[in-house]
Amino acid sequence: MNLYDILGPVMVGPSSSHTAGAVRIGLITRRLLGDEPVKAHIDLAGSFAATGKGHGTDRALVAGLLGMQPDDTRIPDSLRLALERGMEVHFHEVQLTDAHPNTAVLHVETAQGRKLELQASSLGGGRIMVNKLDGIEVNFTGESPTLIVHNLDQPGHVAEVASMLSHKAVNIATLHLYRNRRGGYAVMVLETDQPVPEESVTWLSHLEGVMKVTYLNPTQEEDNGL
Amino acid sequence: MAFESMEEWIQYCRKQSVSAPEAVILEDIHDRGVTRAETWKQMAGMWSAMCQSDGEYDRTLISQSGLVGGAAGQMEDYIKTDHTLCGDMIGKVIMRALRLGESNACMKRIVAAPTAGACGVLPAVLITTAEAEKFSDEKMTEALFTAAGIGQIIASRAYIAGAMGGCQAEIGSASSMAAGALVYLKNGSPEQIADAAAIAMKNLLGLVCDPVAGLVEVPCVKRNVVGAINAMAAADMALAGIHSAVPADQVFDAMKEIGDQMNSSLRETAEGGLAATPAGRKVREKLTLH
Repeated sequence: MNLYDILGPVMVGPSSSHTAGAVRIGLITRRLLGDEPVKAHIDLAGSFAATGKGHGTDRALVAGLLGMQPDDTRIPDSLRLALERGMEVHFHEVQLTDAHPNTAVLHVETAQGRKLELQASSLGGGRIMVNKLDGIEVNFTGESPTLIVHNLDQPGHVAEVASMLSHKAVNIATLHLYRNRRGGYAVMVLETDQPVPEESVTWLSHLEGVMKVTYLNPTQEEDNGL
Repeated sequence: MAFESMEEWIQYCRKQSVSAPEAVILEDIHDRGVTRAETWKQMAGMWSAMCQSDGEYDRTLISQSGLVGGAAGQMEDYIKTDHTLCGDMIGKVIMRALRLGESNACMKRIVAAPTAGACGVLPAVLITTAEAEKFSDEKMTEALFTAAGIGQIIASRAYIAGAMGGCQAEIGSASSMAAGALVYLKNGSPEQIADAAAIAMKNLLGLVCDPVAGLVEVPCVKRNVVGAINAMAAADMALAGIHSAVPADQVFDAMKEIGDQMNSSLRETAEGGLAATPAGRKVREKLTLH
């Protein structure tokens, strides 16, 4: 562990897993959605459901959806802020099989009707793992630059992405491929050592057979208007 | 690679003729490819965030569950009576450990050190010592590098999460880190830093994580007090020249062995210990009804 995994993070309490990690799950959901949601249905499982209220997990998740960082002192007030901004929030308790004890499933929707479903777990120390994206199993932490490409399951898309990254001198740290069925809908998740240029992300999203491209930059500043 | 043993860290200090925190800074520069200015700024930020949390304590706040809040305020009033058994210095250490622990439970901003549940130990001893001895922010930042260096070694040999190794891994680690940092502040040698870290950890070995209703409140807030006072005592013993018969690295290894043997009901699951007492169960039932 590096020095600042030992001392830090600076965070709003009481729990790095149930509070700080929950803020990060909300924040990554917002970034993947690409906008502030107007509707959020949040399912809490395991320990998030059992002790979430006392740890402020509900408020932390909503704070993240509003674009707050784990050290934002307005986290305790997030439910009221969401109400003021017209964000409709509902919580449910669910049972998930084969899930980490600290797991949440977020169903979010923008004002334009764009939807996203994300399942993520909080691993401790404020670190998180995204487990499912729109029903497809993925596994990424959001700690490195992450490129997520949704495409038709047909030959050539991995090569297109890899050659674009090579051209931009971006090294691939991890690469995972997922699909719902042969010839169906596929998702590729790449974690990289260098940031991916914005114009390359746009270029990718215009390719034939590519349905959606999402890019997460961990050092990105949030434009949340709060 | 960061140091994996106190022995290696001490040898490095000797060979390179550098102080304990300087060795940690050099390793971090090498490890993460950052500049000295970057890591210094980040650690100085941790110190100022700790001081800010201490200063912003609000005695009127009560945690969501209603279990904790206001104790640091009571302690502050009591210190002012001049009738404490512990005296002014230790009285303030107790007060600050409570302040930070309660602030954490009440969703205020804190520095996880090494965890949120143990966030009161380092600020309690460091802010009180800085105040008493008029240490500069630079010196305090060096003390935090020393503490973090100890924490890295504990994390590499054992763990720093209650769910993994019980409270000994959280309050025990925080106390060990704090003891070493205090010895550095009082110009102790790297060997004395290791002795203090070893003594502090030894005193808390076996401490289980049994939070009532699974919340970071009872007994977590008051255990920060024990971790802080234990660190002061361990540092003073080491500075007096008292050695730990078991070297620090072996104490950390023992912490891991004990944690591995600890029943899961005593590792943050809130199924055993204080959480399972009639009073503990009653709190849980009351909260579930809400």
